[in-house]
Amino acid sequence: MIEVQGLTKQYGPVTAIRDVSFSVAPGEIVGFLGPNGAGKSTAMRILSCFMPATSGTARVAGYDVFTQSMQVRRRIGYLPESVPLYTDMRVAPYLDFVAEVKGVARGERRRRVADVMDRCMIADVQNRLIGQLSKGYRQRVGLAQALVSDPEVLILDEPTIGLDPRQITEIRSLIRALAGRHTVILSTHILPEVSMVCGGVVIINKGAIVAQGPIDTLVEQFFPTARVEVEIVGPPPAVREMIRAIPGVVSVHDEATTNGAGRYVVESARERDVRAEISRLAAQQQWSLLELKRVGTTLEEVFIRIVAGEEASAVAGGEVAP
Amino acid sequence: MKVWPIFKKEMRLYFTSPVAYVVVMIFLLIAGYFFYSIFAFFTLASMQSAMNPAMARDLNVTDSVMRPLFSNVSVILLLLLPLLTMRLFAEERRSGTIELLLTFPVRDGAVLIGKYLAAFALYAVMLGLTVLYPGIVAYFARLETGPVFTGYLGLLLMGAAFIAVGIFTSSLTENQIVAAITTFGTLLIFWILGWSADYAGGAVGRVLQHLSILEHNESFAKGVLDTKDIIYYLNFTILALFLALRSLEARRWKG
Repeated sequence: MIEVQGLTKQYGPVTAIRDVSFSVAPGEIVGFLGPNGAGKSTAMRILSCFMPATSGTARVAGYDVFTQSMQVRRRIGYLPESVPLYTDMRVAPYLDFVAEVKGVARGERRRRVADVMDRCMIADVQNRLIGQLSKGYRQRVGLAQALVSDPEVLILDEPTIGLDPRQITEIRSLIRALAGRHTVILSTHILPEVSMVCGGVVIINKGAIVAQGPIDTLVEQFFPTARVEVEIVGPPPAVREMIRAIPGVVSVHDEATTNGAGRYVVESARERDVRAEISRLAAQQQWSLLELKRVGTTLEEVFIRIVAGEEASAVAGGEVAP
Repeated sequence: MKVWPIFKKEMRLYFTSPVAYVVVMIFLLIAGYFFYSIFAFFTLASMQSAMNPAMARDLNVTDSVMRPLFSNVSVILLLLLPLLTMRLFAEERRSGTIELLLTFPVRDGAVLIGKYLAAFALYAVMLGLTVLYPGIVAYFARLETGPVFTGYLGLLLMGAAFIAVGIFTSSLTENQIVAAITTFGTLLIFWILGWSADYAGGAVGRVLQHLSILEHNESFAKGVLDTKDIIYYLNFTILALFLALRSLEARRWKG
């Protein structure tokens, strides 16, 4: 549905994104992940036809964003990062305006607007001036505006920023529900959000893509081992030694020692579960086993590992403007 | 072309914010005061001329009331119309709404025309409200309808040109004040160009005179309908709108 090939954008001497290529299948929700200033918004502005790329091509629903911009614009819903809305307009007339501009037929407009206000939970403020709404409501009006024409592709730049935790949960489930019928590309720097909402992820740092693919694959790729956290009261050298001897264990790290109890992180081959063996070992050695748990690898750790790795390997290179 | 939704949106914005009310009210207040003082002066003059038949011969209500009124109104427009147009693109740029507007499936031209027509319609309504004044005159005296009609046509055409310049400067900046001042300055320069025509003389003088906004409006107020004047204002309008369109499109080409 979205195909991006070798996209580069320069603002004068500053390169915002460099040779970015990725694709999104129809009905998929893909997260665009990166630290602030990584070039997420630039990529989204190009996809939404707001500005042209310096080089490279981007196609949305089979149409080129530059040469067939009108066809692309008819098929997308876009929510820019700053959620720009007309503060002097009321919510319902505003959504009606957007629906009309996007070519929703007159007879259907009223129903569409009502429906989208329900889904975004803004029906209660439909007669208020947008300028008087709280940030959370404005964010949802922005989302409603993107959804009102029922577009094939949604481009959402930081859709949950500024919402309270309950609203975040609601908006996330709303976005999740869009999967299948709509293709969604959303940017965020909140990592758990991506794992909760998205199927795939594109990680971008300093204007270039550093990793992409389904989340599970990425986790396996960057963390090939499974990890278990253990807290044992026992002589540390012996504990380390004997756990290390269990087949499949790759490494044992000390974490901290409190009141004679040592915490260890045990890494083992992903398919091996070493917890049973550790507990038997503790029983044999008459060590007190205080805690034993498996630690899941989150996207956050993948991200930090990738971005930190990038930074370590980067010899030079200026800061990239957003 | 989706001009209509853009037009409606702009109208809505004019009337949900105080801009339209304030501009229209101030305009009517000042125009009304001008009308009152001109008409009162004319009343005094006609009373005096009752004793002096020679003077009464030169007294003409159309020439002495409507013509000065039209020329005064054009000065108010010079000051007020830039305030009506300064918002149109500058505000969208400042608040970032232009990013959404220009990613909707609407051509830049349709956005421009929609906004232009909204400002022009508001101006036409504002000007239409002053029809009350010739109405009052016609109630008390015999008014020639021809010059009144051409006078209004001249003001409409002149306003159309002012609004086009205003929308162009608004598309250049994200600061409304800058847009208003640039519009005002541009128009004022074209306004006073004619003044130097007399000193310049010759071909240069004729060119300057032809470029002057004021010069072209005078014949309308006299009741003269000259294609030269109509074409002047239309050219002015079209050129400014063309430049505005270019300035909107520039964004797409700045790689």
